[in-house]
Amino acid sequence: MASNSLFGPIDPATDAGYEAAPPRMGFFTDTSVCIGCKACEVACKEWNLVPDDGFNLLGQSYDNTGGLSANSWRHVAFIEQPARAHTTMPAAPQSNVAAARTDVRTGTEPGIGPAVDALAAAGTAGPEFLGMPMSDLPGRSGDGERTDFRWLMMSNVCKHCTHAGCLDVCPTGSLFRTEFGTVVVQEDICNGCGYCIPACPYGVIDRRQDDGRAWKCTLCYDRLGDGLTPACAKACPTESIQFGELDVLRERADARLATLQEQGETTARLYGEDQGDGVGGDGAFFLLLDEPEVYGLPPDPEVATKYLPDMWKRAGLAALGMVASAVVAFAGRRR
Amino acid sequence: MVDLVGVKTWIEGWPVYRQLTGTDPLGRGAAAQSPRSKALSPRTEEADSVAKSICPYCAVGCGQRIFVKDGKVIQIEGDPDSPISRGRLCPKGSASKSLVTSDRRVNNVLYRRPYGTEWESLDLETAMDMIADRVLTARNQTWEDNAEDGRPLNRTLGISSLGGATLDNEENYIIKKLFTAIGALQIENQARI
Amino acid sequence: MGSNMAEAHPVGFQWVVEAKLRGAKVIHIDPRFTRTSALAHTFVPVRAGADIAILGGVINYILTNEKDFREYVLAYTNASTLVSEDFRDTEDLDGLFSGYDPETNTYDQSSWAYQGHEEELGGTTHTERETAAGLQQESHGPPIPGDVARDDTLQDPRCVYQVLKRHYARYTPEVVAQICGVPEEKFLEVCEAWTRNSGRERTTALVYSVGWTQHSVGVQYIRTGAIIQLLLGNMGRPGGGVMALRGHASIQGSTDIPTLFNLLPGYLPMPTYDQHETFREWVDSIRHPGQKGFWANAEAYAVSLLKSYFGDAATAENDWGYGWLPRMTGDHGTYQQVMDMIDGKIKGYFLLGQNPAVGSAHGRAQRLGMANLDWLVVRDPYMIESATFWKSGPEIATGEIKTEECRTEVFFMPAASYAEKEGTFTQTQRMLQWREQAVEPPGDARSELWFFFHLGRRIRERLAGSTLPRDEGILKLAWDYPMHGARGDEPDAAEVLKEINGYDLTTGQLLTTFNQMKPDGSTSGGCWIYTGVFADGVNQAARRRPGQEQSWVAPEWGWAWPANRRILYNRASADPDGRPWSERKAYVWWDTENNEWTGHDVPDFEKTKPPSYRPPEDATGVQAISGDDAFIMQGDGKGWLYAPSGLIDGPMPTHYEPAESPARNPLYGQQANPTRKVYDRPDNLTNPSPPERHSEIYPYVFTTSRLTEHHTAGGMSRQLPYLAELQPEMFVEVSPQLAAERGLHHLGWAHVITARTAIEARVLVTDRLVPLRIEDRTIHQIWLPYHWGNEGVVTGDSANDLVGLALDPNVLIQESKVGTCDIQPGRRPIGPALLRYVADYQQRAGLAPDHHTPIVTTSEDGNHGEQ
Repeated sequence: MASNSLFGPIDPATDAGYEAAPPRMGFFTDTSVCIGCKACEVACKEWNLVPDDGFNLLGQSYDNTGGLSANSWRHVAFIEQPARAHTTMPAAPQSNVAAARTDVRTGTEPGIGPAVDALAAAGTAGPEFLGMPMSDLPGRSGDGERTDFRWLMMSNVCKHCTHAGCLDVCPTGSLFRTEFGTVVVQEDICNGCGYCIPACPYGVIDRRQDDGRAWKCTLCYDRLGDGLTPACAKACPTESIQFGELDVLRERADARLATLQEQGETTARLYGEDQGDGVGGDGAFFLLLDEPEVYGLPPDPEVATKYLPDMWKRAGLAALGMVASAVVAFAGRRR
Repeated sequence: MVDLVGVKTWIEGWPVYRQLTGTDPLGRGAAAQSPRSKALSPRTEEADSVAKSICPYCAVGCGQRIFVKDGKVIQIEGDPDSPISRGRLCPKGSASKSLVTSDRRVNNVLYRRPYGTEWESLDLETAMDMIADRVLTARNQTWEDNAEDGRPLNRTLGISSLGGATLDNEENYIIKKLFTAIGALQIENQARI
Repeated sequence: MGSNMAEAHPVGFQWVVEAKLRGAKVIHIDPRFTRTSALAHTFVPVRAGADIAILGGVINYILTNEKDFREYVLAYTNASTLVSEDFRDTEDLDGLFSGYDPETNTYDQSSWAYQGHEEELGGTTHTERETAAGLQQESHGPPIPGDVARDDTLQDPRCVYQVLKRHYARYTPEVVAQICGVPEEKFLEVCEAWTRNSGRERTTALVYSVGWTQHSVGVQYIRTGAIIQLLLGNMGRPGGGVMALRGHASIQGSTDIPTLFNLLPGYLPMPTYDQHETFREWVDSIRHPGQKGFWANAEAYAVSLLKSYFGDAATAENDWGYGWLPRMTGDHGTYQQVMDMIDGKIKGYFLLGQNPAVGSAHGRAQRLGMANLDWLVVRDPYMIESATFWKSGPEIATGEIKTEECRTEVFFMPAASYAEKEGTFTQTQRMLQWREQAVEPPGDARSELWFFFHLGRRIRERLAGSTLPRDEGILKLAWDYPMHGARGDEPDAAEVLKEINGYDLTTGQLLTTFNQMKPDGSTSGGCWIYTGVFADGVNQAARRRPGQEQSWVAPEWGWAWPANRRILYNRASADPDGRPWSERKAYVWWDTENNEWTGHDVPDFEKTKPPSYRPPEDATGVQAISGDDAFIMQGDGKGWLYAPSGLIDGPMPTHYEPAESPARNPLYGQQANPTRKVYDRPDNLTNPSPPERHSEIYPYVFTTSRLTEHHTAGGMSRQLPYLAELQPEMFVEVSPQLAAERGLHHLGWAHVITARTAIEARVLVTDRLVPLRIEDRTIHQIWLPYHWGNEGVVTGDSANDLVGLALDPNVLIQESKVGTCDIQPGRRPIGPALLRYVADYQQRAGLAPDHHTPIVTTSEDGNHGEQ
């Protein structure tokens, strides 16, 4: 295994200098059993003393959190997918439906569209959007296998990337890799520079407006040290959020995916489990029932610092070039 | 005298030193860990006592553990021993700590006098005396010994009560016992609603 | 059905998810697609208020195709019992059963009796309706003779099986589709799944909540479910049953140990002045001398209760103090009380962790009633709307309540939270769980135990020395609980629980089982069904042996009444000979080696009574229970497919339209439940329904329910930022089609109008609501959460303000799960303009102050029909 890598599959704790590090810990979030209760959001806030995130009706189905932010470290997304053709419901004539979709132009922009969550952004793209994902998100039409209405729910969280952009760019050492392989902001060090925010390929990390510092899921670092389960996973009523050794979770996820696919959930997939992806796999990965974009997740996240060595090389060449030209210039003057 | 040991510790505690000399040359892991991070432990570990409780919201009856320090609730979590809930809680159950510790709770008696436009404060004992007097007055004003046909009624219909589904069995028991003994029939709770 | 389990009981829903992972099929039948539907294999949209039609269709499917579990049905139900020749069905009388009295709108039930017993069950049931007598049957069946005529071939046209079959013959898939809007293939999918998954090897569980109870036919909804579960052999067996998911931490407990007007602890009836003048009349009305079953011991339970209440003052000579109990003369329920408050008859009102200004139906009536009291005591940890109606309620805005003119004196008494006191909650499966006290309550906050003990103490001090007969009971009351706690003035809850458990007064020992109770005054016990909670002197409710360290039944966690039994009537999990129906579903069985009942649970049967036992001819009481009478609390030992007594509105469930419906009842001339309880007065107007004219003024169906993120009237959730932010505003859900029809915009404002008022809400347009095709027309349904009011971190209009008062006749619960309304875009008028706006609707709907909603609408009685 390459030491101090910036891409590819590695053991991040060892890579970050921990000797005899404990097994890498993470989350496997199985959205197929999520009931959208938001216990994860509340349990997280109660444990971590995270402030409330405002009292705004967003109209994104039952999601009034909007996305992950400095004040929401868990976020449950809700996606309503209407039945495709051959619906068995004795609904009013289809023309009526069509009329509703074109006539009911609310003029109300759906939600606050937090920059950190692609869901709202994806939603606004469609001309017939009613404020809730109705017909235009990826996965909402197409394969024709599903005849029933579907309501997808998914508890999103910091991915604790194997190659974490936020950590790589943090100039103060506030963001660091823990011995469990997770990525944590140290509130006593963060100076609020904000470099980490654009570096996150998922748009997770965020600055709190009042104190300016960056905040995000710590995977309950304080609890982990004592062998406790993170607050969200502890509360989750249906074990949609599972916490454990990442290797074990990956095996469990593979088995669950196989079962679902056998049962005909052909669009089920794992997200963030592939260690060959652009972030070297996620410490918090997901079983999704549809394409990542449907949930507001980037399909191919890439850590920006993946190209850092390359960039340094180029920067080095450029610097050499500058030195050379300077030398030439001086040499020229001497002449 | 220079405290060489102290200086050494100070230098070793300097992240750059640790970064350059340790196993973490990029300074992203062990070298970057702050003293605060290193000392972190769950606050539940510091609890003076843990009360075994039950969630107060719906009737599933999820087990809870209430962690207490210095007479204050510092955390409420699901009780993994419960064969009903297996340690899990819904968003309301997860908000139990807020429910108990919120500064929005009203902790003193408030009194609105007839035709009054604002709340006034009132001593607890005084309020209890006033309520006892009013119960007896209402009872006397509306007491019915017998029906028109002479059969006993032994009651007052001048007093009503609503509530009990969020209360303890022991509380409901003495509420019903007291009201029955003073002839107050009109005791109801959420079970009718 | 009638339950949104994933949203209202999320942690309980883990077991549904677990079952699903193990291969169970989950079907959700509901007016709208919810978070429960999202996890179900099949979602069946149904019109709100039409559940009996779809369930009746299932019964018809079972009987037509003979899919019933015949051995179980023959052995354990009353399928073979013959019904009186005098009985006439709704099918014969256009929606009425025989015996209807249009004067009182109740039935003389004598013709519903079993053959040969017509004389025993005569008389009107008016009093039973007014006193919600159906509630008494929570722990036992109504009286019924044990000796009945049967036809085990099930061929006699008068046997229950055939009567049932005829009654539901018209509930065909086509009719179900017509009434409920459920497509035939979806309906048949439900029928096939339900029947296929029932029998010897498999069981099906049925889950309901207030989506079933809060109807003018609510009890019959549950009856219909119970009939199906009995026909399919799903009662008393693991994985089966009819599960009521209740919504408050101790709502089961507050029925067992009732804070209800018509009950005493353990479902003993509160005395009615004319029927129960004497102790003997009262006790005999409970125990029914000569009847078989455990209820025959009722006198011991009654005397033990009075001994707990009055201690040594309760003697045989004074009938154990029976004369000190108050007497009912009719309906004294919470809604009658509200009407009486408006009419100035009630002086004082206690609210104990309850917020009727938001949580009860017809909020405006609630608030107007509270504004007309002498005094009001509100006990709550948080400021709630019911405490502030005099300064910030909606009627302040309309001018109906003027602060300076409102005389109600209000005491806000801060209440201790659950963490600040010890005691037991009884959860939804009858299980008592003891809570330890974590911390002391803050400031003036106190427990109810403290409040009522010290209130009682003060009252007794003030009355000391009184010689008035009325004061005798309170002065003789056993009211001396030991104190403990940091202040030294907190009654010891464990001592109260011991009093509830009961003592052998001769030895001072705590009782172990209610079978030890005696009618001679030598035992006490405050709630006979709870006897055993302190068995062996140990607080059994405090047991916390970890679930993972015991069997899957987990009998050593908490304590369930009765006798720590986890599944009621579990004798039915074995066949008549005492053998498990299958190895897979073995639960309780007869151990032939040791000659006793054994199994995973406490057997719901006399431990050593063999399956072969047959009672002697003249036996009564427990002795008369046969070795295969699995339903031991029923008078005939059988599960009832047909209820010859005990129900006000009929021996079999029948589809009636809700009190407010846009549709004419397609099955009968009788539109709605003819025995429903109504308060026919100008301040409780009912929207017109067919056959009345003008139902089109309120053309849509609305239903209300909870959100996961909030709790009932919001006092425990809208005050908490972490919950309030998750659902921050009152909203209304409409289908895209209805949005188009009414010009409603997503996230825009709309207001909903009924004959009671109009409320406003933000609009969520969603495909989770679908218009239903009912006959040849489209019925739109809208949905509202009911959590909002004007106090708290987040505020909004209250959905319950829309709801009128029409009650189920058996238990006097209001129909708040369905009504009709109009919805219009934009915000509602404010101030007095709101009253004018609502009045304009009333006028267009023909709801003049002298308007009376017709109750009987059968074709034979056409005069009532068209108005």
